[in-house]
Amino acid sequence: MKRILTFIFLFLSIFIISPVVVHAENAGEIIKKSQEAFFYPGKDMQAKVKMSLISKTGQQRLRELTMLRKNGSGGDQKYFMYFHNPNDVRGTSFLVYKYQGKDDDRWLFIPSINLVNRIAARDSRSSFVGSDFTYEDISGRDIEADTYKYIKEDAIQGKPCHVIESTPKSQTEYTKKVSWIDKVTYIPLKEEYYDIQGSLYKTFTADKVETVNGLPAVTKRTMENIKSGHRTEVVFENISYNVGLNDDVFSERFLRKPPEKWIK
Amino acid sequence: MKILSSIIIYLIIFISYSTSYAGEVNFHGFVQGNLSSRITGEKTPDPVEGGDFISGGEKIRGEVTGGSGESDFALKVDMAHDAISNTDEIDIREGYIDYRSTDYDLRIGRQIITWGIGDLLFINDIYPKNYSALFSGQPMEYLKTGSDAVKISTYSDVISAELVIIPFFEPNTLPDPKRFSLYMPMTITGIEEPRNEIDNTETALRIYRQIHGFDTSLYVYKGFYKTPGMRPASSTTAVLFYPKLAVYGFSVQGNFADGVLGLEGGYYDSLDDRNGSDLSTPNSTTKYILGYSRQFWTDFTAGIQFYGEYMHEYSNYEASLPAGFPKTDKLHQLITLRLTQMLKYNTLRLSLFSFYSPDDEDYFIIPEMRYNISDSLWTEVGFNLFGGKDSRTFFGQFDKNDNLFTTLRYEF
Repeated sequence: MKRILTFIFLFLSIFIISPVVVHAENAGEIIKKSQEAFFYPGKDMQAKVKMSLISKTGQQRLRELTMLRKNGSGGDQKYFMYFHNPNDVRGTSFLVYKYQGKDDDRWLFIPSINLVNRIAARDSRSSFVGSDFTYEDISGRDIEADTYKYIKEDAIQGKPCHVIESTPKSQTEYTKKVSWIDKVTYIPLKEEYYDIQGSLYKTFTADKVETVNGLPAVTKRTMENIKSGHRTEVVFENISYNVGLNDDVFSERFLRKPPEKWIK
Repeated sequence: MKILSSIIIYLIIFISYSTSYAGEVNFHGFVQGNLSSRITGEKTPDPVEGGDFISGGEKIRGEVTGGSGESDFALKVDMAHDAISNTDEIDIREGYIDYRSTDYDLRIGRQIITWGIGDLLFINDIYPKNYSALFSGQPMEYLKTGSDAVKISTYSDVISAELVIIPFFEPNTLPDPKRFSLYMPMTITGIEEPRNEIDNTETALRIYRQIHGFDTSLYVYKGFYKTPGMRPASSTTAVLFYPKLAVYGFSVQGNFADGVLGLEGGYYDSLDDRNGSDLSTPNSTTKYILGYSRQFWTDFTAGIQFYGEYMHEYSNYEASLPAGFPKTDKLHQLITLRLTQMLKYNTLRLSLFSFYSPDDEDYFIIPEMRYNISDSLWTEVGFNLFGGKDSRTFFGQFDKNDNLFTTLRYEF
């Protein structure tokens, strides 16, 4: 009897504990899939991005840009951004070669003096064009930079999610990030950033997820700084995947003079 | 008259283009007020322009761009009122037509070209600059001046190239002694610019490619010094002229040690004075810039540059120098430092740029603050601070021209 009870207890504990154990092993794998779904869909992408930077008092600033992305091998990517607005940066282009495990190459074209300037890219936590998003939030964080822990299962607006905690291995302005990742699409639907005191200070939400060319795409997203009350709302318009971007587009030639066909 | 004819030419180009092309035409520009005031109390001898204000006035920029498919155009015109001299000026900053094919691009007209890796230091960028604008705190874009040129660019996977042909000479704009208190050993009685002749056409070539992740360029230039030499006309007067020059150089820039490292070098071949015995013409020199910039913390970047000019045929230079004249060192060096901190969602930029020469023992420091009041309106306030041990060195002579500058610009 005792034996049977022990067996049942063991069986139950395995049954109860194992999903967590299995998930703990897979937390990194889920993040990897999530990054692929969020930052790498398709072979390439073209989109018009509209960012509204909204202060606590409601003052708005707008950033409008065309974003082109092409995936390379081994997780490397090329990004091209052309700014349509505001007026003081109109015509500015930004080219990024993103690599796995080493610093990005970044070039900025300043049209008023026809200058291509290579820029230091070490800190991916710098603000992207003055928004609440960082460079990393736009193009993805190095997967090796964090450790991952499976927390629980949950649901956001009825969508079942994996909840995963990421802890940076080296000092970053956040000490912990909790992500709600859609179990079906692997899109992060919500992310919470915690500071050194352990209090929540920034949240990311995927406000609208649509299917574009058969792939899930976040067409509206918000990053809000809870402490300052500042938030940035980003709308991706006219997203297209697999448009057939050439490597030529991501060159000095087109940095200086972007191809009209792609930046419209 | 020259301005008027240019306007007519550009208007014709503009009209013919805008009517024959179905592509869209965009209109933008800005309205700007700028003021720079000396804070030392120093005056220059000029009765009208010699007071405290070095620059002041309003500027309206009109920018028309358009075209479609393989060709387009841009026209950028400044209409400016100089409140100090009470004069008006129309300046065509840029006005060009682009034609684009698969393997090459063509740009014809007045255009701004920037080459090299230097930050406010130039070796292979032999295009004209306006140092008066820099020293009086005009927005940074005014440091560069347009060239009336033809630029042909070709591209391939192996190597790309830009060839620039400049038929009309355009010198650097140097600080005007009417506005700036300067070291002037002689009275300037005339300026001899190279005549507009086919033989005087300047040519510049840049070939470039990436090598192991480093942007690598080679440069060749044949033309003229953009900063004049001084030829004595009598014991107290001199004539400015622009000696012939050839430059052979290179630049390399890429990621290194968590930052961006760059090296640029160039040999300035003084074609009119190769043996260095003519004091009025610069000797041949070898120039270099070693630069490194890095983000040290979020939204803070620091950059340092080491610049040097090594004079060839130095003994001939020394022998030709009259007693009592200030002597340039065989190796003239500059160290620059740039610090930039972005704050308040990048709407506030605090920056500091400084030049220091260990041999001339002089400096030039620009602390500056820029604030974007809204998406359309920004303002800039800063100081140009000069000084040095000797009032005859390059920055030392500006010692009494420390100025406070401010700009307010509305962009549309």
